[in-house]
Amino acid sequence: MSADPGTQRDWPLWEVFVRSRRGLSHGHVGSLHAPDAEMALRNARDIYTRRQEGVSIWVVPADAISASSPDEKDAFFDPAADKVYRHPTFYTVPDGVKHL
Amino acid sequence: MTPASELSPSPGALAPPRGDKSQAIGTYALRLGDDALVLAQRMGEWVASAPQLEEDVALANIGLDLLGQARSLLTYAGTQLPHPDGSPRTEDDLAYLRDERDWTNVQLVELADDGDFGACIARLLVFSTWQHELYAALTSSTDDTLAAVAAKAVKEVAYHRDHATQWVLRLGDGTDESHRRMQDALDTRWPHVDELFETDDLVRELDAGVAVDPATLREPVLAYVTAVIEQATLDVPEPAVRHTGGRRGVHTEQFGYLLAEMQRLARSHVGATW
Repeated sequence: MSADPGTQRDWPLWEVFVRSRRGLSHGHVGSLHAPDAEMALRNARDIYTRRQEGVSIWVVPADAISASSPDEKDAFFDPAADKVYRHPTFYTVPDGVKHL
Repeated sequence: MTPASELSPSPGALAPPRGDKSQAIGTYALRLGDDALVLAQRMGEWVASAPQLEEDVALANIGLDLLGQARSLLTYAGTQLPHPDGSPRTEDDLAYLRDERDWTNVQLVELADDGDFGACIARLLVFSTWQHELYAALTSSTDDTLAAVAAKAVKEVAYHRDHATQWVLRLGDGTDESHRRMQDALDTRWPHVDELFETDDLVRELDAGVAVDPATLREPVLAYVTAVIEQATLDVPEPAVRHTGGRRGVHTEQFGYLLAEMQRLARSHVGATW
């Protein structure tokens, strides 16, 4: 399936993270193909920020990301389901507090 | 000798120059608008034909930036070059109803790419560098409209120039085949580069401070372009032939086909809106 590098037509895959004007952290917005990091940044600019969606872009090689496996979903996430005391829902927020 | 445009005036044909100042400013704005619109059309031809989907989007974005510049410039030109009854020519009058001899773009922007990505990038490198220097200088024009258009456009073309630079570096300093084809592309474009730097009566006629003398752009443009080409391990071509005439309405054979495609709908359905 995969051709040798000399004739390979497909560029590597990059994951794109954009920091929006409103938020404080970069969020994942999608992925794209590019021959290298510099071109990936430029492609990301064209594809994901042409409507002023962001003020900063990160691109990361998709194969550099280690992802949790769907098979491990139960072990990873279910134990948190019955720990309601971890949620800040047992006190009232004072009137003066905004942005919470 | 009677210019062809006077023998058979097209609906969008312009009156002969009267020598007044607004006519000169309008003609100048028209030149820059024609450059932008014709290249916008060429960039649009790459949609769905670029090497990768991502590049489709990039080239289309560049084309749309140029289209926006063309709209501002042609609208302004139309107010300075009104119809005989005094009403302004609209951007559509100028874009769709002028015949080939009435177009004043440089020939470089009208050359067909014929699916050669290197040719597209070679032209974009030279032209966006030229536009960048031009607009940067035009931001201090004494004509408020030209200065405002330039101030917005200069940021756009800085990106176009960067995009072309990135590709020339990668293709020139890439594989043997990409190096050869990038050099070929530069060679085919170069006979049309000199025309960008020609000064003529119109520029001299305009007050200093309104227009930018193209001759002053030669040095900074060639300095940038040469640095990129050399870093890409390519050679700056030294063409034996140099073509010119676009500003006087003399165009290449390829331009007629571009106009036919661009104008066909508007001319077939006169006054249609959508």
